[in-house]
Amino acid sequence: MNRQLVIASGLTALVALSGCELGPKKIEQTGYRGAGLAQINDVSSMKAAGVIPPPPYPLPPDEGPRASETYQNVQVLGDLSAERFNHLMASITQWVSPEQGCNYCHNPENMASDEVYTKVVARRMLQMTRDINGTWSTHVQQTGVTCYTCHRGQPVPAYVWAKQAPVHPMAVRGQKRGQNTPDANVGYASLPNNVFEDYLSGNPKSVRVASASAYPGWNPGVTTRSAEDSYGIMMHVSTALGVNCTYCHNSQSFRSWSLSRAQRATAWYGIRMVRNINQGYIDSLAAVFPANRKGSQGDPYKVNCLTCHQGLAKPLGGQSMIADYPYLRVASAAAPAVPVGGVGGVPAALDQPGAMTGETRPPAAPPADAAGAAPTS
Amino acid sequence: MSRFYSLFNEIQLRTVPEYGVPLPAGNDPRIGTGGYSYWAGKLGAAQLGPIYLGKLGVASLICGFIAIEIIGLNMWASVNWDPIQFVRQLPWLALEPPGPEWGFTPFVPLAQGGWWILAGFFLTAAILLWWARTFMRAKALGMGTHVPWAFASAIWLYLVLGFIRPGLMGSWSEAVPFGIFPHLDWTAAFSIRYGNLFYNPFHCLSIVFLYGSTLLFAMHGATILATARYGAEREIEQITDRGTATERGALFWRWTMGFNANMESIHRWAWWFAVLTTLTGGIGILLTGTVVDNWYLWAIEHHYAPAYPDLGTVDPATQAPLAVTQPAPPPPAPDAVPAPVVTGGAQ
Repeated sequence: MNRQLVIASGLTALVALSGCELGPKKIEQTGYRGAGLAQINDVSSMKAAGVIPPPPYPLPPDEGPRASETYQNVQVLGDLSAERFNHLMASITQWVSPEQGCNYCHNPENMASDEVYTKVVARRMLQMTRDINGTWSTHVQQTGVTCYTCHRGQPVPAYVWAKQAPVHPMAVRGQKRGQNTPDANVGYASLPNNVFEDYLSGNPKSVRVASASAYPGWNPGVTTRSAEDSYGIMMHVSTALGVNCTYCHNSQSFRSWSLSRAQRATAWYGIRMVRNINQGYIDSLAAVFPANRKGSQGDPYKVNCLTCHQGLAKPLGGQSMIADYPYLRVASAAAPAVPVGGVGGVPAALDQPGAMTGETRPPAAPPADAAGAAPTS
Repeated sequence: MSRFYSLFNEIQLRTVPEYGVPLPAGNDPRIGTGGYSYWAGKLGAAQLGPIYLGKLGVASLICGFIAIEIIGLNMWASVNWDPIQFVRQLPWLALEPPGPEWGFTPFVPLAQGGWWILAGFFLTAAILLWWARTFMRAKALGMGTHVPWAFASAIWLYLVLGFIRPGLMGSWSEAVPFGIFPHLDWTAAFSIRYGNLFYNPFHCLSIVFLYGSTLLFAMHGATILATARYGAEREIEQITDRGTATERGALFWRWTMGFNANMESIHRWAWWFAVLTTLTGGIGILLTGTVVDNWYLWAIEHHYAPAYPDLGTVDPATQAPLAVTQPAPPPPAPDAVPAPVVTGGAQ
């Protein structure tokens, strides 16, 4: 009988152990010794950096007639040479609509027409990309972004969000008070999960909850629930970047900046950049997007940290594509030495956008979750 | 397998169950006459019952049942009465206290946290009635009241968390939700909001007594088991009539650490360590937000937070703001049609 007990309890212990991640771990010390300031990653679940698509053909010189002179209705980047403008158009096609091709945005009968809504969106997104690489170089540094950073060969980026359907405050049925749900957006904690609207929209809450004073009275209105909300968005950042809290913070004091790594300031600008993108660029297109590009509450799909980062501390593992598209970086457009290639192959490249990337993926299902929640990882 | 050769043995006696002493006048009758369980005998006494429930016990069970029903039904309602989701999501589900907008008023709509107040009321009533029951039963047996007072220490921490501190803060929202993961998330958020509870000296004391309790438990349990072959399980007799078991246990600790408890004092140590765990913990919670708002800064002020090198990172909010200028959206060309056309198939 005792032997059976030992075997049964031993087997139970083994089954319990099967919940562990037993693979090798990558441990990197990131701060002062002895304070747990380290990044610990399960090697088998680390995201790969991915392969950035090469430009469709070498960047043409900025010579010859301007795009605004060659084509009609060029409202953004019209001061580029027409050759460079074509190069950008070919690149956008492989970044955003490799399957659908030019006609995803253009009316083939009249390329200048704005009748296809995606053309209006793409124009606004070009303005946004230049703004990100200029104003928000505090976040994207010199790596910069292109359409591919978010889109990855899909018309709609894989990780987007829209407003959640509100639950009537007096309801008991279905009432979760915006939390207490196994939600990937907050790392499967029971933390509040309306974090994108709360922190990444045009009317954000403050993430800061710990008081600047040791004594009460200096942090009015900030409750323990405020800290739960803040914890929720931080879990999103942590999940989206594939890092733990100590990538930025010293848990001795999450509030203290002098104990924090420089990455925290980068993230601070990133949060503001995302708010600016969502409010200034995406919400302003609300009237342009059709219903199938909006969430259940009628707002367009917006971005969060995961949209670009996709599980990596630096999107695409820090690979930069900006050298081939110097004009997308407004502030330093004149500076970079860019290898300038010849002209050619434009029509062929534009005709077969799928061939540029070698991507043969099927069109992804639209993120039309009934709850309006962003599908994530 | 190892076997005990002492009164800690594998032999389970079977006879008429012990019924217990006569009860004082006015007490309710005991329930049942008792019986035996082989498996209970593997852990402790093989005899189960009779049970004394009494009026306090009945009232406590009713209140506890109501509290569990309120909590469970609210959780079930939160998943739209889906029994499968209720089971799957149970660790995440919660009954949350009223939001900050309600302050500390007892009159909160049920859906807005009134159910939490009701559940808390009935759970507290159940616990206090059960406390009174342990007190009355101890008196009825002519015992000391050490058990109810130890229980009271745990009730103190429970009341501080759910009632006294929220009252002092003037907000139900400062109280703990009912729920498995939710109360853990609350704990983590509470520490972050109040600047790291590990710098709260009463939290430190509570941890000392908690870990000290486990250490004392291990040392005492091991000592008694190790000397059981000399009759050490007759601990209380040996307070006044020390036998060789006590002498050997005492000598062991004098040899290994130069000092030993005696058969009485070890139990006082253990009782105080356990009681002080929740007593100091409750004081620490009570001071949080009421007297100290950021324990890390408080520890800096009192020179006991360890200093780590300044990494030179500057709060961007203290820097000159970025000149965020969005270009206005270009006006659509005149031929833009009002109703957008979707092209490109599904995407």
